[in-house]
Amino acid sequence: MSKCKTWRLHCFMATGAIATGLTCMGAAHAAGEPIKLGVISEESSVAGASISKSAQMAADEINAHGGVDGRQIQIVAYDDHSSASDGVRAFQRAANQDKVVAIIGSYISEVALAMEPWSARLKMPFITPGAASNEISKRVHDDYDRYKYTFHGWMTSAFIAQSICDFSHDILVGQLKMKTTVVMSEDAAWTKPLDERFLECLPKAGLQVLDHIRFNPDTSDFTPIFNQIEAKHPDTITTGISHVGVQPTVQWHDQQVPIPMTGQSSQATTTSFWKDTNGATEGVITASAAAPGVAVTPKTVPFVDGYQKKFGVSPAYDGFTSYDLVYILADAIHRNQGSTDPDKMVDALEKTDYVGTIGRWQFYGKNDQFTHALKYGPGYIQGINLQWQNGKQVAIWPQSIANAKVKFPAFVKLQQAAAK
Amino acid sequence: MLPLQILIDGFAISSLYALGAIGFTLIFGVSGVLNLAHGGVMLVAALMGWMLAGEAGLGTYLGTLLGIVCGMLAAYITYLMVVRPIQRSAAIPREEKEIFVLTGTLLWGIMIQQGMAYLFTDNPITMRPLIDGVMNLAGVRVPFNEIMIAGVCWVVIGLLWLFVNRTRAGKALLAASMNPRGLTLLGFELSRIYLLAWTLYGVLAGIAGVLLASFLGVSTNNTGQLTASAFSIVVLGGLGSVSGSLMAAYVVGYLETVTAYLIAPTLRPLPALLLLVLVVYVRPQGFLGRR
Repeated sequence: MSKCKTWRLHCFMATGAIATGLTCMGAAHAAGEPIKLGVISEESSVAGASISKSAQMAADEINAHGGVDGRQIQIVAYDDHSSASDGVRAFQRAANQDKVVAIIGSYISEVALAMEPWSARLKMPFITPGAASNEISKRVHDDYDRYKYTFHGWMTSAFIAQSICDFSHDILVGQLKMKTTVVMSEDAAWTKPLDERFLECLPKAGLQVLDHIRFNPDTSDFTPIFNQIEAKHPDTITTGISHVGVQPTVQWHDQQVPIPMTGQSSQATTTSFWKDTNGATEGVITASAAAPGVAVTPKTVPFVDGYQKKFGVSPAYDGFTSYDLVYILADAIHRNQGSTDPDKMVDALEKTDYVGTIGRWQFYGKNDQFTHALKYGPGYIQGINLQWQNGKQVAIWPQSIANAKVKFPAFVKLQQAAAK
Repeated sequence: MLPLQILIDGFAISSLYALGAIGFTLIFGVSGVLNLAHGGVMLVAALMGWMLAGEAGLGTYLGTLLGIVCGMLAAYITYLMVVRPIQRSAAIPREEKEIFVLTGTLLWGIMIQQGMAYLFTDNPITMRPLIDGVMNLAGVRVPFNEIMIAGVCWVVIGLLWLFVNRTRAGKALLAASMNPRGLTLLGFELSRIYLLAWTLYGVLAGIAGVLLASFLGVSTNNTGQLTASAFSIVVLGGLGSVSGSLMAAYVVGYLETVTAYLIAPTLRPLPALLLLVLVVYVRPQGFLGRR
């Protein structure tokens, strides 16, 4: 061979060797690259603050155990200031600039519903850990191919209502012999399907609905409302409140309204609520994901204890779900052999079967009514009902995990039904 | 039964409105400042009072007192760091000073609101009632706290009246609201008068803040609404007129209460706003307006 040809052969082989080397390096680099998860939440609200904290806690735990197949999980957090437009901006930024592979977002239905179309447009897997509106999963059902990237990581309003109806049937009607109720909810996106289901299932549970009140979430004086309710003499008030909580509870207590409050009061699910209401929440019953000291699954208590030790308060209901969701996402990526391709993620998420802190996680499928919503029912996720007693939350339903009996403060008169 | 309930409930809320509005109108009447950080000052008093009473474990009474002091401090900071520098600034032309002060206080109010939300979250806080329990007033169940709040408001309003009409400093205040130049010609230091006005304002807004926290609860989200409510009452009553504000507070308070009880709680703020539009259209100086 002439010198020229040898030189070209050497060049060619050298280039080939370098190229191969670079590719190998590149692949090795990709294997170690962190998995970015976006978390969008309302940092200045008690419930919203739980979301990012729990997600970070889960990520830290997973990373301490080697990450997902050697890759570390990196939480990229955004504050949406309880605003749909801020939430959407954060979503776009997370997807386009920060290149996250999935987003856990918001406990406010209005914000989650605003982000959902962007999940479809940007093909970004999006799970809400706390919003409740039926609309979220309804959209997935009605237009699966577009909206399949959205998952509903909390009970839909319909199931929350059903859970409360089941509780009312077992305890309020079964044990306390109550007969009537008034439904009192804030006028928000999540309570429309909630109230619809209430009006349907409460009578079936044995409670006649005497009145249905929907109040402006900006209400600060609840005296006229409690007055209106008292005039009807119901045995209980079935609430649907999340945006408000401290004020109606404190005023209920200060005015000594003689009717117990049951139903859903999201703020009452956090342990800081006792302090926030100066103890006025004594006797209030609410549906929730879990309660401190109550082992819904073997993972519940260790999570609560760990969270309490790290942050000084116990997690709100969406802390439990956010924690589980990070594990679920990590598991989905693992089952995909590390691939974070959106369509593969959707497939893997649909096959989720994971025992978390609040029960067994499975998502409804394409042909179910609430596609991509949490499966509800005994054996899956049912929520619990808790009551505030002496500064602590105790579980009063379902019977299998209840650790206390229902007890009301002295000014609550369990009269009407009992007297008859 | 219901009329009595409306009468009592309306009285309590009107008294609270009156206290807040009088402070607001005082500042406008004396120093010409529309303090849009009003809600912020009330918020600081309420939040600090709540925190000192509960978290710092100082108890309800001491917490309330210190909350009022914090309200005063917030008023001072508003005056000394926001309003006065703008008023004394050589860079701003005289005709535009009022607008700058307005904008300055608006921005300052937003800063307070967001700062407090960052530190305390936007969850409403309530202070423990100073007196627990309820009493039965001719068949209507009324919390003692509600009666006490109305009582405190009127005692404070009474003291204010005595101060303005019977003491030298108070009369100087009144004079400053009528003719500041005349007052300086008589040898009074206007800057001291302003400081006095802001001190009084701080106390009034502070009391209104802590009482509101114990009656209904306060959240950082309420800040704008509190300012707007005080503003509309003051415009209704006549900017600068204290008795006008008092009257307007009761009109607004009762309108809201009657609406909430007899029509729908959701429509509560509406009639007062409609009345405001009507009054500004028919009699722009308000009920008893002077300026």
